[in-house]
Amino acid sequence: MTVSISPPREGHPVFYLEDEHAHAEGGSTMLGFWIYLMSDCLIFAILFATYGVLGGSYAAGPAPKDLFDLSLVAVNTTMLLLSSITYGFAMLAMEKERVGATQGWLTVTGLFGLAFIGIELYEFAHMFHEGATPQRSAFLSSFYTLVGTHGLHVTFGLIWLVTLITQVAQRGLIEANRRRLMCLSLFWHFLDVIWIGVFTFVYLMGMLR
Amino acid sequence: MSELMLDKLDLTKAVFGRLTWDSLPLHEPIVVMTFVAVALGGVALLGAITYFRLWGYLWREWFTTVDHKRIGIMYMVLGIVMLLRGFADAIMMRLQQAIAFNGSEGYLNAHHYDQIFTAHGVIMIFFVAMPLVTGLMNYVVPLQIGARDVSFPFLNNFSFWMTVGGAVLVMISLFVGEFARTGWLAYPPLSNIGFSPDVGVDYYIWALQVAGVGTTLSGINLICTIVKMRAPGMTMMRMPVFTWTSLCTNVLIVASFPVLTAVLALLSLDRYVGTNFFTNDFGGNPMMYVNLIWIWGHPEVYILILPLFGVFSEVTATFSGKRLFGYTSMVYATVVITILSYLVWLHHFFTMGSGASVNSFFGITTMIISIPTGAKMFNWLFTMYRGRIRFELPMMWTVAFMLTFVVGGMTGVLLAVPPADFVLHNSLFLVAHFHNVIIGGVLFGLFAAIAYWFPKAFGFRLDPFWGKVSFWCWVTGFWFAFMPLYVLGLMGVTRRLRVFDDPSLQIWFVIAAFGAFLILLGIVAFLVQIAVSVLRREALRDVTGDPWNARTLEWATSSPPPDYNFAFTPVVYDNDAWWDMKRRGYQRPMGGFKPIHMPRNTGSGVILAGLSTAMGFGLVWYIWWLAALSFVALIAVAIAHTFNYHRDFNIPADEVARVESARTRLLAAGG
Repeated sequence: MTVSISPPREGHPVFYLEDEHAHAEGGSTMLGFWIYLMSDCLIFAILFATYGVLGGSYAAGPAPKDLFDLSLVAVNTTMLLLSSITYGFAMLAMEKERVGATQGWLTVTGLFGLAFIGIELYEFAHMFHEGATPQRSAFLSSFYTLVGTHGLHVTFGLIWLVTLITQVAQRGLIEANRRRLMCLSLFWHFLDVIWIGVFTFVYLMGMLR
Repeated sequence: MSELMLDKLDLTKAVFGRLTWDSLPLHEPIVVMTFVAVALGGVALLGAITYFRLWGYLWREWFTTVDHKRIGIMYMVLGIVMLLRGFADAIMMRLQQAIAFNGSEGYLNAHHYDQIFTAHGVIMIFFVAMPLVTGLMNYVVPLQIGARDVSFPFLNNFSFWMTVGGAVLVMISLFVGEFARTGWLAYPPLSNIGFSPDVGVDYYIWALQVAGVGTTLSGINLICTIVKMRAPGMTMMRMPVFTWTSLCTNVLIVASFPVLTAVLALLSLDRYVGTNFFTNDFGGNPMMYVNLIWIWGHPEVYILILPLFGVFSEVTATFSGKRLFGYTSMVYATVVITILSYLVWLHHFFTMGSGASVNSFFGITTMIISIPTGAKMFNWLFTMYRGRIRFELPMMWTVAFMLTFVVGGMTGVLLAVPPADFVLHNSLFLVAHFHNVIIGGVLFGLFAAIAYWFPKAFGFRLDPFWGKVSFWCWVTGFWFAFMPLYVLGLMGVTRRLRVFDDPSLQIWFVIAAFGAFLILLGIVAFLVQIAVSVLRREALRDVTGDPWNARTLEWATSSPPPDYNFAFTPVVYDNDAWWDMKRRGYQRPMGGFKPIHMPRNTGSGVILAGLSTAMGFGLVWYIWWLAALSFVALIAVAIAHTFNYHRDFNIPADEVARVESARTRLLAAGG
């Protein structure tokens, strides 16, 4: 078989590419991950809507004013916001190809994330102790589900973070790992945005109810 | 002594949860007979695979494949197998309703009958229509846009096996325990733990959750494929209409299935944890569930029908030998339907009592949807107008669709009028309406699509004689089965009834049962058609790759297409790209082949989906160790999968040259 193509005749359009038209590996990943995040956002939207409808149904049980400790929530919010900043630093270090610094900032991010989860669990335990369990009223059902789903996301983010720190240690900042770090970055900041919604809508407005 | 007994009991409970010998429905002769038949058939199938030593081949070439074409075919097989199960439920219901008069209880007890109508709806929507539609998009879209595969080939394999996992859970519920007795959307408070304490609703929840993950991911995958992987020159307004409708469908999937996931998660919390989302006390609100599930449910029906609108567009243009009339209006009509499908969900429960203003809003938005749909209908008619129409099988299904679907559309507009809906709500009129659009639209479209693209997938056409037998049985069967239900609905008969008091109604149910019997013949003829076509494959062979003289890119490559779809990436100048190539003297390239980069097969998808199914089974039966173990294993396998960085390989240029020259010889021999 000869290995040459007859060039297209005059006036005839080219109907195919002679060179392999490679879609870069992972070329769709950022778009795909972004769409996934939007689908996840929709799950939160449903949980927010449910809280919006049922959040005032105390069933003669405790109300937000009886339960929420705003200063504790403020500390918790700070932890999560700081973790987003440190993740940003990790990405800057990644751009400068500094493996050690990237891993360092990722570790700091993970510690802030752990602190956030720890404080949230402490808050939940405290509320349980006061008898404010998810079964007590529709308000508490929707409260624990919304805040808990966010907490579960952060927990999965932490598992993912540890995985990526390991993979960066094994293979360095290769293209595939950079892409994965970008995805986790989107995920982490997304959870931050959701938390801003939770903080405002559940905690601050709850205190006004 | 008694303490010992107690210990033993607790141990059994720890190992098997609430699964006991009593969970097996040995007291239901119908189920036992079905089980024996299925078990014998299953053993025969597994035995045959073992005897012919096909396990290795199936595992390597099919189960672990990341090729969108093979995954598409597997989706279609799943859909057709589940169609048999869903139809068995349907004909059992028709028979029961036809004989349960004059004091007769029929042959199904209430416990069994309620499971059957629930399973019928769930299976037909989630495990027949969805796999068939997804399989079709999976097979055709990458070929139509000139791509080698989808954006995320592994994810595609995983999505398919998650859908299978959901189907497996539903099938297990037939023989181990029971299925939900709530109707296909499992409204609370009936589906709450207080009123449905058994495993039925839990099977429902976990089957849909496992399959739902697959559906959402496959939606993301196909959106990315269409947005990112189109051949050079194929702008958005040069995409084939089927690709457009697929894009809109997948946008709908991604923007609605998470709602289903969330609302089912809330229902499971109510059932497992004892929260109060949808209960009647402690502030819960069951209507919240009904709203949320229809926010998913209404887009879902457009997810099903839109791709078939695309199919009818391709078929009409091809078999009329003309460019599609009003391409641009077709695209905009599709987009408008996509958006409007989110603004109508409340029409499913006008009777909730939202008040006149809310009901009017949703009634009007519902009626507005018929405008873009009507525009499409006219576009197809004008495409046929003065065309050189060939009444091949796909075109016959299309014409049957146009005649049938219009009736369903009009009864839909009747139901959209809130005062009329107060009379017709939950009546057989509604049942007739949605079967009218789902069978007349989705199913007829799927048969058109199967007849149209079968030669592309397998290299030979389907036998037209048995296809026509199936066609006439289905179409007349449909009219016999569902027109009586319109009449009964107008007379006030509600859905899901098991026995009847008024003997004057019986004749209508007998006619409907006769229709269901004709549809049975249609299904049998369809299966015969496939068998006959396989036997006569040499006579029906297509060597050209373009048996219908068609217009879009999938017909530019061979039938069946090689693994890499196109030896060279095509360049597109027109929205009927292949028609344009034929018209302007396209010469097939004969040399200069380059190595082609392709994704590598992997078994991770099968393993992950298997673990998800095991976790679902554990959760259904409260076998906590199984659920926990499967969950931990799921996370571990998923993480381990990410440590594999070697996801692709190259098909060498020699191999491409060999495949292409084989096709050259075939083309020459075929004249």
